[in-house]
Amino acid sequence: MSVLEVKNIKKSFGKLEVLKGISFSLEKGEVLTIIGSSGSGKTTLLRCLNFLEFAEEGTIMVNGTEIYNGEDKKTLKDEEIRQKRLHFGLVFQSFNLFPQYNVLENVTLAPTLLKMGTTEEITQRALKLIERVGLTEKLNSYPCELSGGQQQRVAIARALALEPDILCFDEPTSALDPELTGEVLKVIKGLKSKDSTMIIVTHEMEFAKNVSDKIIFMADGVIEEMGTPKEVFENPKSTKTRNFFSKSMEEI
Amino acid sequence: MSFSEVTLFLLDGFKISLIIFAVTLIFGIPLGLPIAFCSMSRFKLVKNVSKVIVWIVRGIPLMLQIFIIYYVPGLLFEFPLFSNIDKYMYINYGIADSGRIIAVLIAFTINYACYFSEIYRGGIESIPKGQYEAGYVLGLTKSQIFKKIILKQVIKRIVPPLSNEIITLIKDTALANCIMVCEIIKQAKELAATKALVWPLFYTGVFYLLFVGLLTIILGKLERKLDYFRS
Ligand SMILES: Nc1ncnc2c1ncn2[C@@H]1O[C@H](COP(=O)(O)OP(=O)(O)OP(=O)(O)O)[C@@H](O)[C@H]1O
Ligand SMILES: [Mg+2]
Repeated sequence: MSVLEVKNIKKSFGKLEVLKGISFSLEKGEVLTIIGSSGSGKTTLLRCLNFLEFAEEGTIMVNGTEIYNGEDKKTLKDEEIRQKRLHFGLVFQSFNLFPQYNVLENVTLAPTLLKMGTTEEITQRALKLIERVGLTEKLNSYPCELSGGQQQRVAIARALALEPDILCFDEPTSALDPELTGEVLKVIKGLKSKDSTMIIVTHEMEFAKNVSDKIIFMADGVIEEMGTPKEVFENPKSTKTRNFFSKSMEEI
Repeated sequence: MSFSEVTLFLLDGFKISLIIFAVTLIFGIPLGLPIAFCSMSRFKLVKNVSKVIVWIVRGIPLMLQIFIIYYVPGLLFEFPLFSNIDKYMYINYGIADSGRIIAVLIAFTINYACYFSEIYRGGIESIPKGQYEAGYVLGLTKSQIFKKIILKQVIKRIVPPLSNEIITLIKDTALANCIMVCEIIKQAKELAATKALVWPLFYTGVFYLLFVGLLTIILGKLERKLDYFRS
């Protein structure tokens, strides 16, 4: 059974059709990367999965249960949406750490408010996660005292603290200086395991090649190409995909 | 009149200034909040009504607003509410000026609440939407997000402009003498008129300066307390 099954997701902003029917599925422990040019709808797709936007059509199934149907859009209550969001985690391009809390507090805030255990348990789990992203020395630092790469690693720990079924990353390294990109990608790569399912939107082609089980190339709101890294990178079927790759080569 | 007698006489007036200052803050600071929320309401009508009120209150001189509050009940309804209170309180309890002071307090509170509301609104709207979204994807409720994430960042941002308003407020209290409330400058003018003493008028500046100095220290402390993070 797939952890995630997305069927025919459609989303418009006014007249602008941004997602024109997106379908894919993901098995537990798989890493999916989404690539595609600017404006193709990658962010919008992740936002629909995290219910920051609501698709007008289509369904989202998690572990075999339908958690969202485009027809529910109008009738969903805040509390239901909140519950559904817990299946997913999202790491933002701009980190969005809470500036008034230190590293440890950023990670423990949500589990504490959601009463996911005793203070002791929550702290212990947070400490483990912070160790995993390599920031044990920075426990008491505030976000303004951290580099971008360190902030993003805290954001990853914060998202992991809620143990989402699927963790999404929206261009996690785009806001970083090139020399900080590596440390974040390494952490994400280190998360890959049979229990953690991830969707990563990225422009880092090498990284995508190495870490993904599956790659989606999006163009103009549709999935233009989907397959293993080998299939997509070495034998792209669509001309759009080929053009995209030759362009991204040029840039380098 | 000796220096200490003048000082005491002026201090009587400064007490009134301080009362106006304190009451305006006690009522104006919380009252600004609902006005701010109305100005940001999703309901167009609520939002527009609130914005028009804020525009009027911030657009007319405070002195004029004091006149309006004080005289309008008498002019429109032939019921001079505030001078009646004055008389009643004076005759029954020997307390002078209480009606006038109430009128001043009402005008000041409304005026400052509108200024504060704009500061609150600016503060709330300046918080990036990524902060809310980070809270949402962590499964927090709207009220948890506001209380635990947004509020402190808003407070940090509004303390400096709020400090400015608070310092302006103590000097604005002098406007109360336009309806003969015996605040410190009115007291000094009294000395000039009855005792031909002009220097006390300038001496009043010292009272304001000392108080503003005190405020600056307290507000600066508050600002530094929130210095540990940047947003
Ligand atoms: N809230 C919104 N209101 C209106 N239009 C929007 C909104 N969000 C996104 N769009 C539009 O939807 C389209 C897809 O945007 P999206 O952010 O999903 O692209 P993207 O693939 O993530 O691009 P990038 O690589 O630049 O991040 C764009 O044309 C964008 O202008
Ligand atoms: Mg994007």
